[in-house]
Order: sequence, then structure tokens, then C-alpha cells
Amino acid sequence: MTKIRIRFTKHGAVRYIGHLDVMRYFQKTIRRAGINVSYSGGYSPHQIMTFAAPLGVGLESDGEYMDLGIEDEKPDLAMIKDSLNASSVPGIRILSVKKLPEDAGNAMASVYASSYEISFYDDKKDQCPDKDLMKELISRSQTLDTMIYHKETKKTSRDIDLKQFIYELYIKEDENDKPYICMTINSSSSDSIKPGFVMEYLCGLEDIKLPDNSLQITRLDMFTLGENGELISMDDIGSDE
Amino acid sequence: MNSDGLFLSNDILMSIEKPERYIGHEVNSCIKASEDIRVRFIMCFPDVYEIGMSHLGIQILYDMFNSFPDVWCERVYSPWVDLDKIMREKNIPLFSLESQRPVKEADFLGITIQYEMCYTNILQILDLSGIALKATDRTWDDPIVIGGGPCTYNPEPIAEFFDIFYIGEGETRYRELLDLYEKCRDEGTSREEFLFLASQIPGLYVPSLYQAEYNDDLTIKNFSPVREGVPAKVKKEVVKDLDNTYYPQKPVVPFIRCVQDRVVLEIMRGCIRGCRFCQAGELYRPVRERSVDKLLETVYKMLDSTGYEEVSLSSLSSSDYTHLPELLDKLIVECEKRKVNITLPSLRIDAFSLEVMNKVEDIKKTSVTFAPEAGSQRLRNVINKGLTEEDILSGSAQAIKGGWTKFKFYFMLGHPFENDDDILGIGDLANKVAKEFFELVPKEERKNGPISITVSTSFFVPKPFTAFQWAPQCTEEEFIRKAYLCRSGIASQLNQKRIHYNWHDADTSVIEALLARGDRRVSEVIRKVYEKGGIYDAWSDYYFHERWMNSLEECGLDIGFYAFRERNEEEIFPWDFIDIGVSKKFLYNEYKKAKEGILTENCRVKCNGCGAGTFGAGICPGAYKG
Repeated sequence: MTKIRIRFTKHGAVRYIGHLDVMRYFQKTIRRAGINVSYSGGYSPHQIMTFAAPLGVGLESDGEYMDLGIEDEKPDLAMIKDSLNASSVPGIRILSVKKLPEDAGNAMASVYASSYEISFYDDKKDQCPDKDLMKELISRSQTLDTMIYHKETKKTSRDIDLKQFIYELYIKEDENDKPYICMTINSSSSDSIKPGFVMEYLCGLEDIKLPDNSLQITRLDMFTLGENGELISMDDIGSDE
Repeated sequence: MNSDGLFLSNDILMSIEKPERYIGHEVNSCIKASEDIRVRFIMCFPDVYEIGMSHLGIQILYDMFNSFPDVWCERVYSPWVDLDKIMREKNIPLFSLESQRPVKEADFLGITIQYEMCYTNILQILDLSGIALKATDRTWDDPIVIGGGPCTYNPEPIAEFFDIFYIGEGETRYRELLDLYEKCRDEGTSREEFLFLASQIPGLYVPSLYQAEYNDDLTIKNFSPVREGVPAKVKKEVVKDLDNTYYPQKPVVPFIRCVQDRVVLEIMRGCIRGCRFCQAGELYRPVRERSVDKLLETVYKMLDSTGYEEVSLSSLSSSDYTHLPELLDKLIVECEKRKVNITLPSLRIDAFSLEVMNKVEDIKKTSVTFAPEAGSQRLRNVINKGLTEEDILSGSAQAIKGGWTKFKFYFMLGHPFENDDDILGIGDLANKVAKEFFELVPKEERKNGPISITVSTSFFVPKPFTAFQWAPQCTEEEFIRKAYLCRSGIASQLNQKRIHYNWHDADTSVIEALLARGDRRVSEVIRKVYEKGGIYDAWSDYYFHERWMNSLEECGLDIGFYAFRERNEEEIFPWDFIDIGVSKKFLYNEYKKAKEGILTENCRVKCNGCGAGTFGAGICPGAYKG
């Protein structure tokens, strides 16, 4: 079995498809594309397939990853990419297909961080901070030693110090009136935080409560942790042949 | 429309359950360039997406319509209650999935009507679309609303909501109707005149062109056309040759898991059996089979175009398909290669089917299903269910020896001429199967655990075009008494711990009977229930019996007249103007034979002259053989 890593996008209407359904979607797409995928044994064999950190419903992405076991020892990666794209729906595009080294950790286990670009939906932006205020809030947060975010779910609540899980946080310098906030944050299975936590925390510094469904979020890429603590794009682990 | 080409805003999509129901964009969904399109046809299944998307009929017609270059067929399903509420609050019109445009802009809205309890959802669809509920209030600004499917064989309770009903199989007459529509629109014909011309096409029923008169006892005195030239009878449409017709090669593949998450391969239409309670068994006569070659060619194309990992063979009684062994032999080999599972619903349990099931399914996970429908041999003869106790016990014994431990039994309570002994027979039969297990499998060999038997009973609903269309239905109280009797019958058995019993709701069964055999006066009841907030009546969480009973009372109608009354031989039924081939005389004779407990042989053994031979198709003597 050869392991390959597939990078794909999720844009437009398909961003409302949940993670489990994206997995089911790919199981069928791989069959339609005629990829010689490896199957597990047993009575109901399933495709050898793992996904990196799941993307929330409603988020878009340029950097989703799926690892796949295939039967060809010397796979034609360009052909796999083309046939997957030919079998896909608009919004889900295959950006790259790479062959993984045998000792590479799988996508789910090795993902460490994700980078995001975040803005406000037009119908909500009037109730959200403007670009100058966002800039100010980010600068202010950078002078703080801790960023304690109070996370509340239906059953539990706990405080998380976001600071230790944020690796990068800035406002994009561009012509847009709307702020585009860029951040790289932890996505590992143990310490993962959501981009919404950071945004809520920042707005909370000025007692601003973001309205529901105001954040327009695009994941840009996912990273694994290098030997020296550096972040390496999940896409840079494999090779083109 | 938002920036993603979706009709609903991000805010709404993020605040409802399963937004995937409303975004379209599924694999194989059809998008057409609008300048070539002369007719936009929207197909609707009036229930939630996951149910509607599982329906084969829509897939066939979707494929057929979209094979016409001048037609664009799209889909719409009932918005779930969460979105329904938002759409009403914010005045958002119902939209189709492909174009994400309002339904009202379409030329046709085709609604498939598969079960009576979806009638309030039909009103939901019309209302949310902004289409007048009453057909006679519509103008050319509204789509032509056309209904099809099994419930349209008695369309009267919903007649006033539809412009046209298509009686029979959709493959045959739609092209004619679309051509007529295009011509009428080009020539500026009025909507009324178009509907009159449509009534001339075989199989099409235009309810506004007919009128009912009633007797003092509320039964129908006369039912006839109101305009000269409108046919007094409407004959159902039948596809003569199932090998040379439409079948979807590229069915739409939903993102969310639907009820049917697999390729559905219809191997035949109709059923040879003639069970006296079964409507489908009469409506879909004559029995017609598809050829093995055509089926294999189709199924591989469908697997290639969808990527599904499972295929299900579909028919009313797959064991009666004459080429089943040959089809399965070939299919099993190819599906193993492709790592595709095969599921075989509606198989009669015998040596052959068990051998096949053993090959294609995991014994530990699957169960063996019997549908004796009645607990005693006497009553099985009454309902003409040609399944004997010996068949059941030898089938279950073979399954037990083969390693199966899960058994399901389906029965109906409240059949005509049923007595208490028949009901107690249900427990006896289940106990005999359990006893077989303990005798056949020694303790040390029970590696899959002990036997587990599930007995389910539903309540009998008399349906039009069956031998029991004259029969009275039991009252709710009588149904409940019977269910308790059945339960105590099971509880008194030696092996009662291995038998699990569940029964369906009695209230809905009675309303189902009202809607199944209702006349035009019942439409007011449906409208009142809808106005009281009734939608999703097929879902027990959203069914409120009081709404129906109160609405009946407000309309001055009596449930007993529709449900609990035995009809006499001469009575004119609301559905008598429809000709399904099978004659009323034949059905009445079957009713008389039921009373005597006399069996009628199946179509393959002997032609009983039911009348379906008029179509000259399929199994009928002297029929066209392709």
C-alpha cells in the first residue's frame, strides 16, 4: 500500500456540508474517479482514509487534507488529481496530490496548527468592530501575558488561556474597508482552539458581543510540527513523485 | 440569492438543522442553460429531503425530463419544521434546489403523493410557494400543479388543490403534455382551455372538469364531467416494455445520508400475489419484468456514475422475479470485485434466498424477515396471503441452522373477518420459531447468542382498488383492544422473553382510512388541519389527533362514515371513474371469497381474469413480450 496526501478546498455552497458527510462524499468520489484505493479487511471493507482536523460547518477552506491508501506502488499523482477533479462538485477542488514517505504520521495524528483568514459577513458587519478598532484590539492583546477565554458549552464551562495556542495574529494590510484578520492557532487533537474563541475574546476586550453567525472564516492551511518546533505545511511532507 | 448562489442567507443556513437539505449542488444534479429552456418543471416529494431523495419514481422522471432538451427539471422537498417557521416569519418563498429560485416561477410543479399522511405537506408546499391552494383560484402566474403516485388513484380528497392528476406510470404521457403546454403558451391559450385540452390526453385527470352529486345518505349519487368532450373515465397509464424506457443512469447523490443511501435497481413492476389488503398489488398490474442484460448494463452505469457502495434490488416481491438466480449469480461476482454490497429486501425466506443472503450479508448483523400479515392459517387464507405455517417454520428452521438469530415478523391487526383466535395465533407462531431454535441449536453452539424475535403489528387500513375497499375499519378502541390481546397472547408463551412486541399508532390509521377512501368533501378537513398548523402528519411527533377530529367536526363530517362503515355492492366510490384495468366486479368477487376463506391463485399459476389483461403487457396471456 502507498500512502498519498490530498489537499483540497471547500468553498461556496458546499461549506454547509458537515465533516462526516465530506468523508462520505470522498468515499464515493474516489470510486467515481476510479482510484485504486486500498480497503481494510473484514466483512464490510472500508477505504483506508484519514482526514486532518475537521472543518466546522459554514467555514470555507483552501487547506483541507485527506490521506489515502492506494494499491499502486508508483502512482500517477497528476492523473489521480485530474480524475478526482473531474468527479468532484464545484467548490471542492483538489489542489495537490503527494506521495507520503512511509514513516509519515497520518493526517489526523500529525496536524498541529491551522491558519485562518477571518472577516465579518456584510449583513452583520455594522454590529462588529471596524478595521481600526480590530487593529487596536489585536495590538492590545499582544501586550497581555494571558488571554483567558471563558468557554461555555451546554454541560461544562472552563477557562482557556488562548495566548499559548496562538502562533500568529495580525490584520491584513489591504484596500478593504472590512478587516481581514489572519491567525495561526492550535488544531491538535489535545489543545485545539477555534478561531471564533479568539475573535470573541478580542471583541470582549471592548465589551462587544459579536452577533450570531457574523464570522466569515476561511482556513488557509494546516501545519504539522517540525523537529525544531517550526510549523511545516501539511502539503510539504510528501513528494511529487 | 446570496453570494454563493444560494437562496437562503448564511444566517438562516447556520441557524437550522442540516442546511445541506437546501443547498442543492449534489453530484449528478442537473443545471441547464436557461436560454434553451422552454419548460421549467419542478418535481416535489412533500416530505423532508432525506425521505424524498430516496424515492425512485422522482429519479426516473427527473432523468426523463432532463433528457428533453427544452425542459429543465428541478427538485424541491418540504422544508423541515425549523425552516418552515423561519420562512413564514420572514416571508421567504419556497425555492427549488437546482436554480435556487422561487418555485412559483416554474411552469409545472409535479408532486408525487406516496402516502396519505403527507396531504398537509402538499398544502405547506403550495402555501410557502405562494401558489393559491385552490386550483380554480390560479392564473398563468402560477405553475400548473400536477399530482402523481399511488395516492392519486383516489385523488378526490385532494382534488381541489391540483390542476391535473397523472394517473399511472409517468414515463408514457408527459411529452405530450409538455408539447401541448408549449403550444398553448405560444398561442396565448387560456389556462382553463389548456386544462380542458390536457384532459383529452389519456391518463390525465383534470378535477375541475368533474362534479359529484350526493345522496341523502351522503354516498355518491353521480360523478361526471361538467363539460362536453371530457372523458367520463380515466384509464391508468402503463409502460408496456420496461426494457425500452427511461431509467436513471446518473441518479443524484445526496451529501447527507438518506433513507436509501444506495443504487436502487427496480427489477420488475407489479406483483403476482394478489393479497386482498394490498393496494400496490392491484395498482401496478400487470406484472412486468426487466431483462437481466438490461439490468446489469444499467446497474454498472449507475455504480460508476454515483460511486455508491451498495445496490438494492427493488420490487414488490423479488422472489417472484423469474430470472433472480441468474441476475444474482452475475451481480454477486461483479459486486465482489467492485467491493459493492447487495441488499435484498422483500425476499421470501427459503433455501435459495438464505443461500444468497449468506453470500452477500453478515449473518451476525442482519435479520431474517417474514411478513405473514395474519397470525392464523384461516386468516391468511382470508387475506389471500399464500404463505403457510409450514413455509414459515421450514424457512425459519433453515435460517436457524444457517446461524441467523435475529427474526422479524410483520402482522396486521384488524383485517376484515378477523377474530380473537387469529390474533392469539401471532404469539403461537412466534413461540414456535423460538422453540425451533432451542431444539435445533444445542447450548454450546449458540455463539451468536439466543434467538431474538421482533413482532410488529400495524393496523389494517382499507384502500381503494383492493378486495377490501368495501370493508369496515376497526375503531381506535377496537384496535387498541386487539393490540393488547396480541401482547397478552405473546406474554403467555413459554419463550415470551425472546419475543419483543411493538405496534403502530391507532389514531393515524383511522385518519389514513379517512384520507384513503375520502371524497371531495374531505379536502376541507385537510385544509382546516393545515390552517391549525398541521404539517408533517406522517411524523408521530408532529401528528395531533385532536386537530383532525376537531376539523372533521367543524366540517360536519363523521369519521364513521368514511372509516368504520361497510359499503354495499352497488355503492359508487369516489374513485370509480378511474380505470386501473382490474375490474370492480373481480374485486367484489375477491371480497366474497375472502369471507369464505377461499384462496385465489397467483398470476403465474393461473390467470384469474382480473381485467389487467386489457393493457396487453407483461405476464398477462397473449401480451406483448418485447
